[in-house]
Amino acid sequence: MATTAVSEKDDAGQEQRPPARPRRRSGWWWPYALLAPAVLFELVIHVVPMITGVWMSTRQLTKFFISNWTAAPGVGLRNYQVALDFDAAVGEALLRSFAVTCAFTVLVVLVSWTFGMAAAVVLQRSFRGRSGLRTLFLVPYALPVYAGVLTWNFMLQRDTGAINHILVDNLGLIDDRPFWLIGSNAFWSVVVVAIWKMWPFAFLMLMAGLQSVPQDVYEASAVDGAHAYRQWRSITLPMLRPVNIVLVLVMFLWVFNDFNTPFVLFGTGQPAAGDLISFHIYNATFLTWNFGLGAAMSVLLLLFLLLVTGIYLLITNRESRRA
Amino acid sequence: MHDTTGFKAFRVVVVVVLGLFTVVPLYVMVGSSLKPLSDVRGAFTWWPTNLTVQPFIDMWSTVPLARYFLNSLIVSSAATIASVAIAIFAAYAVSRHRFRGRGVFTTTVLSTQMFPGVLFLLPLFVIFVNFTQTFGVQLIGTRLGLIITYLTFSLPFAIWMLAGYFDGIPRELDEAARVDGCSQLGALFRVVLPAARPGVIAVSIYAFMTAWGEVLFASVLTNDANRTLSIGLREYSTQINVYWNQVMAASLVVSVPVVIGFLLLQKQFVAGLTSGSVK
Amino acid sequence: MKTRSLRASAVAAALLLGMTAACTSNSDNADDSDGGSTEGGGGGGGSLTYWASNQGTSIDNDKEVLTPVLEAFTEQTGIPVELEVIGWNDLQTRIQTAVTSGQAPDVVNIGNTWAASLQATGAFMPFGDEEMDAIGGADKFVETALATGGAEGEDPTSVPVYGLAYGLYYNKAMLEAAGVEPPTTWEEMVSAAQAVTDPATGVYGLSLASGSYTENSHFAFINGAQNGAELFDSDGNPTFTEDGTVEGIKRYLDLMQEDEVVNPSNAQYDNAALAVADFATGKAAMILTQNNAGATITANGMPDDAFGVVALPAPSDAEDDIASHVAGINLSIFTNTDNKDGALQFVEYMTSPEVQTQLGRPFSTLPVLVDTEATFTDNTELAETFTDIYNNRSAPLPLVPAEDQFENTVGKAMNQMFATIATGGTVSEDDVRAALQTAQDQVQASVG
Repeated sequence: MATTAVSEKDDAGQEQRPPARPRRRSGWWWPYALLAPAVLFELVIHVVPMITGVWMSTRQLTKFFISNWTAAPGVGLRNYQVALDFDAAVGEALLRSFAVTCAFTVLVVLVSWTFGMAAAVVLQRSFRGRSGLRTLFLVPYALPVYAGVLTWNFMLQRDTGAINHILVDNLGLIDDRPFWLIGSNAFWSVVVVAIWKMWPFAFLMLMAGLQSVPQDVYEASAVDGAHAYRQWRSITLPMLRPVNIVLVLVMFLWVFNDFNTPFVLFGTGQPAAGDLISFHIYNATFLTWNFGLGAAMSVLLLLFLLLVTGIYLLITNRESRRA
Repeated sequence: MHDTTGFKAFRVVVVVVLGLFTVVPLYVMVGSSLKPLSDVRGAFTWWPTNLTVQPFIDMWSTVPLARYFLNSLIVSSAATIASVAIAIFAAYAVSRHRFRGRGVFTTTVLSTQMFPGVLFLLPLFVIFVNFTQTFGVQLIGTRLGLIITYLTFSLPFAIWMLAGYFDGIPRELDEAARVDGCSQLGALFRVVLPAARPGVIAVSIYAFMTAWGEVLFASVLTNDANRTLSIGLREYSTQINVYWNQVMAASLVVSVPVVIGFLLLQKQFVAGLTSGSVK
Repeated sequence: MKTRSLRASAVAAALLLGMTAACTSNSDNADDSDGGSTEGGGGGGGSLTYWASNQGTSIDNDKEVLTPVLEAFTEQTGIPVELEVIGWNDLQTRIQTAVTSGQAPDVVNIGNTWAASLQATGAFMPFGDEEMDAIGGADKFVETALATGGAEGEDPTSVPVYGLAYGLYYNKAMLEAAGVEPPTTWEEMVSAAQAVTDPATGVYGLSLASGSYTENSHFAFINGAQNGAELFDSDGNPTFTEDGTVEGIKRYLDLMQEDEVVNPSNAQYDNAALAVADFATGKAAMILTQNNAGATITANGMPDDAFGVVALPAPSDAEDDIASHVAGINLSIFTNTDNKDGALQFVEYMTSPEVQTQLGRPFSTLPVLVDTEATFTDNTELAETFTDIYNNRSAPLPLVPAEDQFENTVGKAMNQMFATIATGGTVSEDDVRAALQTAQDQVQASVG
């Protein structure tokens, strides 16, 4: 019953209205005029540079040509071969960075979603301090990325950081002060920091989604004696499905492309365990001046993201249709 | 309706765990900003030995923070205004018109969300250079270049969300306005926009926060003259020392405007999400 | 073809951009905000733009120091100089983008180890005979310093302006208390460090910037060179896996691993200043650092007479007793300057004895001229030690285009190896060799 209400609203304005074009033949250019500024800026900032980037990926654009980059000789797909030759140093490093990024993305998206869902469900019903908590939870999201990550960088220092102070001095869990920004722990550091700033976004989206779930549905089922978990499984989760489809995709793309967190957290350190792929490509490009190879790596990354997104949308669409 | 014991226990766990996770870094930021340098260089302590506001005074002279602040403010505000204005027109077209290329447009705009920034960083740079050589308008090392770049970062989200929002506003409203003699734009400005206020506020907040926090492009497109906070804050780590207390003080100060703005308008933001993207 | 159409589309896009700027109200904002900040382009009409590197205690400090010096130049020549001081975090990227865009200053400071790499871009003006005469002749420079100006056998594209060298700083009181003399060999340095080290009190014999890839790469070079190893062959191909380099790096890593005279925390020190601060606050008895550490030491409260400096010692059986690379800053002129004469005058001025003497003190740098005395310290012994190291016991890093990639790949590999050691792992000679092989492959991949 409630589902139909939602889906009706869903389609409002999309299916009911006849196309405007036949009605106002003379004003056919009108929507294009409205779109022009957006198209223009998208072209200048996104599309043209992207095409240029693809072109660059077929060039031997090293420091010998950077001051006259149009003269860089074409090398066909050789940059791609180098990037994908996993037996050689460059490809191996890229592959490792890719693997790290995959693990990072899965963890961050999963935990952020779980935290966000838990908090949204808890704060759905009123209790004392609810609005204060909601405000608090949103602060890490509102904070500029670098401010939050710099704070974590300070906290994760070995000798002067708060984390080791908590673990070693306050809780006595370990005797030896671990390193968090170098070595294998760097992975867990970047995961925790990314979750810290990502989960409030999941919380925000889910909270917004929950507001459109009518209360009377819960009340009806509460009369039936349904437990909170059952309610969540059978009402909340299905109702949030459209939100979740978008939320998970957006989080996946943001997290996979995350540059700011490792850049601010590690600086020039670039520990192998925290070598996320955007950060890796940035360093490979700007520290070795091999812009052609860097562009090839970026194109590969884009292809991967397109592929995953395409599959994801196919699956979710098909399921939606079946449902 | 009352909550079961199980739910209450769950609530306590969630509130405590997530509350601590959220609060500890914020506390460290505030606490450390009130410590003298000798305190932040030694082992961490929860309480400052000497409470001092000196870092908040020194931070302005260690790096030209005021200038970076002004740059960030101008760049972010201009990018926000431009982005939202452009998005309003585009979203109105997408929501109210069926035209050839509509699908291509929405798909392209949305898919720019997945572009890895590093892919178009250097090409964009080169395009800006060509622009300057052709037209003599300086884009690199000026605020204008940053504004143009940043306004597009929030554009896809803004168009998508506003289009969703406009879809929720009955067409009868604009049609009534048209009957009353309004032009298309008149209908947009007098009827649709006022009704979409939460959506506009929401995308404005989003655009401002995006610009205020951007790091990657700022690292290449800024210099002494137009440096923004995201890059400027790194300068507290100097040849002599890492001024952690001043870093924390500066982080706090640069966060305050966006955090307060966001928190004040969070209701509109959530409302915007609800009727825009989330529906 | 492709380029032309790309360019055309950029132009078309730009045209449209201009139109929107004229029609929509929001872009007025953008124009206004741009109004005050159109500096940074190549200076025309007789003026010069100059990018200086951060040599003093802060960027503002650099501006304070340089402004009167530049004003004096303007008075002499009538050429105004627009100064921008750029921090080390940004300098390499800024130069890169300047090279890419051609939107460059007239004169720029570069880290001298980048000279050959930057020369390869073709963006810098070569100092041929004529240009060299214009700045006072090649003879005025210390020979090894001028050698850093570019690849061997080509006209240099940079000339030295500030000289720096590594030295072993020691805390006089701490060595005395431990009953050891300032070391003259690597072995003596290690045993002196061991005599002082007491992890229980947090005091170590040595402090290193083990998380800084540039510092690490310098010591890879110095230790390898002491073993007689070369990093590149005569064709500019990397030869990082030579035994001498592997053993040299292992020797350096072992300061933390085997000898245990370095605090594992140093693996996180990504900035030389952190190591210097440990030294100045008594947490380390010795440091390996460059002669501009003085300001940092003073700022951390250590008096000038509390420390002494000797040359970085080589092992007793070393093939070469090199103690430093020729560190420092060079000056380059961008090829596309529209004021070449002014730029040459400026370079001559910056490398004149007067300015060298004047700037040596605030920037703690060595003069790059043969006959000029070091002024970076009042301590004549210190000045003599560093002058000797700089003039007689230092060699330039490899003068090949791929030098910057050596620093990047080998330096970062050493970061990782220090991290392994600090987090309880071990690094064997084979591990070092394998890491260097990877670095070598990476460099080879871009050398082509």
